[in-house]
Amino acid sequence: MAQHKLIFLIVFAFVISACSKNTIPDPDPTEAIHNQQGATSDGFGDVDGVGGEEFGDNLGAGELANIIFFDFDSAEVRAEDTEIVSRHALQLVDNPNAQVRLEGHTDERGSREYNIGLGERRAQSVRRLLLIQGASAAQISTVSFGEERPAVEGSDESAYEQNRRVEIRYTN
Amino acid sequence: MLIALLASLATAPVFAEITIEITGGGVKRAPVAVVPFGWEGQDAGAPLDVAALISADLYRSGRFEPKAESDMLQKPTEGTELDFGDWTILGVEAVVIGKVVQTGDNAYSVQFQLFDPFARTQLVGYRMPASRGNMRRVAHRAADMIYEKLTGIQGVFATQVAFVTAMKRDNGTRYRLVVADYDGEAEHTIMESPDPIMSPAWSPDSRRLAYVSFEGGRSSIYVQQLRTGSRLQISSEPGINGAPSFSPDGRQLVVTLGGVDGNLDIYTIDLTSREKKRLTTHRAIDTEGSWSPDGREIYFTSDRAGGPQVYKISAAGGTPERVSFEGSYNARPRLSPDGKKLALVHNDGGNFRIGIMDLKYKDLLILSTGKQDESPSFAPNSDILIYATRQSGNGVLETVSADGLIRQRLASGEGDVREPVWSPFARF
Repeated sequence: MAQHKLIFLIVFAFVISACSKNTIPDPDPTEAIHNQQGATSDGFGDVDGVGGEEFGDNLGAGELANIIFFDFDSAEVRAEDTEIVSRHALQLVDNPNAQVRLEGHTDERGSREYNIGLGERRAQSVRRLLLIQGASAAQISTVSFGEERPAVEGSDESAYEQNRRVEIRYTN
Repeated sequence: MLIALLASLATAPVFAEITIEITGGGVKRAPVAVVPFGWEGQDAGAPLDVAALISADLYRSGRFEPKAESDMLQKPTEGTELDFGDWTILGVEAVVIGKVVQTGDNAYSVQFQLFDPFARTQLVGYRMPASRGNMRRVAHRAADMIYEKLTGIQGVFATQVAFVTAMKRDNGTRYRLVVADYDGEAEHTIMESPDPIMSPAWSPDSRRLAYVSFEGGRSSIYVQQLRTGSRLQISSEPGINGAPSFSPDGRQLVVTLGGVDGNLDIYTIDLTSREKKRLTTHRAIDTEGSWSPDGREIYFTSDRAGGPQVYKISAAGGTPERVSFEGSYNARPRLSPDGKKLALVHNDGGNFRIGIMDLKYKDLLILSTGKQDESPSFAPNSDILIYATRQSGNGVLETVSADGLIRQRLASGEGDVREPVWSPFARF
């Protein structure tokens, strides 16, 4: 358990430093779409109007972690992470125009489409915490990538721990 | 809303070349001979070595050992030239002979005959028109007929496999949806994206593929015509749009929708009217729907009892009935085209493996040996399964006969290969 926590802290520190440089570990998929010339992505970057700047910096969200990690087979936000979620809730309440997209992820084990369900369950549990604390439903959307977008490659427990996560991304 | 797009990538080759390696055979191979085919025409030679292709097909089936050309005492191309004694001495149980005849600029006739040298009879003979463009397909079709005559099992050499590849690049991962002949030849990328592509599913006429794409950062379900590359967006609801699978008549999809509250349930969508019908309402995860071949039932994964298990529900709606009971994790059900067997992903003591359940006797046979095996899909003859597994960190594909005795690995040069789905029989 102690080792588990240590890994979490390292990851947490990484997230903080990443945010302060206005970057998120993954390239923003909406950005990538606009860079592609393939016909299949034509017309879709505009459909949902998603894209553009990371919102967090304007609000000083650079100090705030935007990744919540989960235990194996669990969609429950850990007690030590509820504070992070609460601070995001506060930002949403203070900035009614702000919008977040909650991206749920799982580790690679098990069936892909079932993992889409598990990732969504994680995103929804963060969503409920935000709603309870006053954020409005219109400010929050969820997407689950299941095991399709791992943060870390690898088939060991340390990779799995870092991949079971919800990323909180500001889209406006 | 209908959105029709033309995919310009319809015929772009993929860089990951699929190669096939026989990894295990528990069946004694029967010796056969495929004699080099004759050639009659104005051009220098036949556009394809038909005998070599048939020979490779028979070898890859795991059931036959074609003799080397150097062992052959004669090389007839017509039945009348055949000396049965020369082949019984060699000990082969079957002899294939034939020739390719040019009948026009791009018109050929491929003929073959299959003989049993011990019974001194012809088992099957056929003459088929061909062009340079379809001669591979015609040769695979000949191998299908030979295979069926010799084993009593329909051949699947003229079928295709669709799969997803993921290749790491400096600027992120490239996802591709690829269709290839069963032997890995004639690969075509039909869709390419910087965002994940998932869950390809064949239409029963093997002319369309349904799939999930995350382009734009959200999931949508598409149905794409393979020939033209044009596609329709079938579902793009808020939340999850996933796990499409065609009804046996090709008119409907079963899908998973999650909605804003993320409650995944099974729906059917009429592809003409776009009318959606909700089949399950449980607050648990209900997903991975798959039609029974008779169209009456839909099998799906649900964790309503805790862990994921396989259930079935009438395609008209009703009360779901649990199907799988062995172990704590059974997911991604796929019925064999003959309706007798169910393939699934089973947690076998911490390893995710492909299991096959006899629907009558309910016994579960574990067919794969990996740690992270997934996405089982039956060949249209119900005799072979293809699935995804891992080899030194990379996703590769494997096939296994439904009795578990014959195995092959389909490896890719680079990147991950995943989510294989075997096409239905091609229409001739």
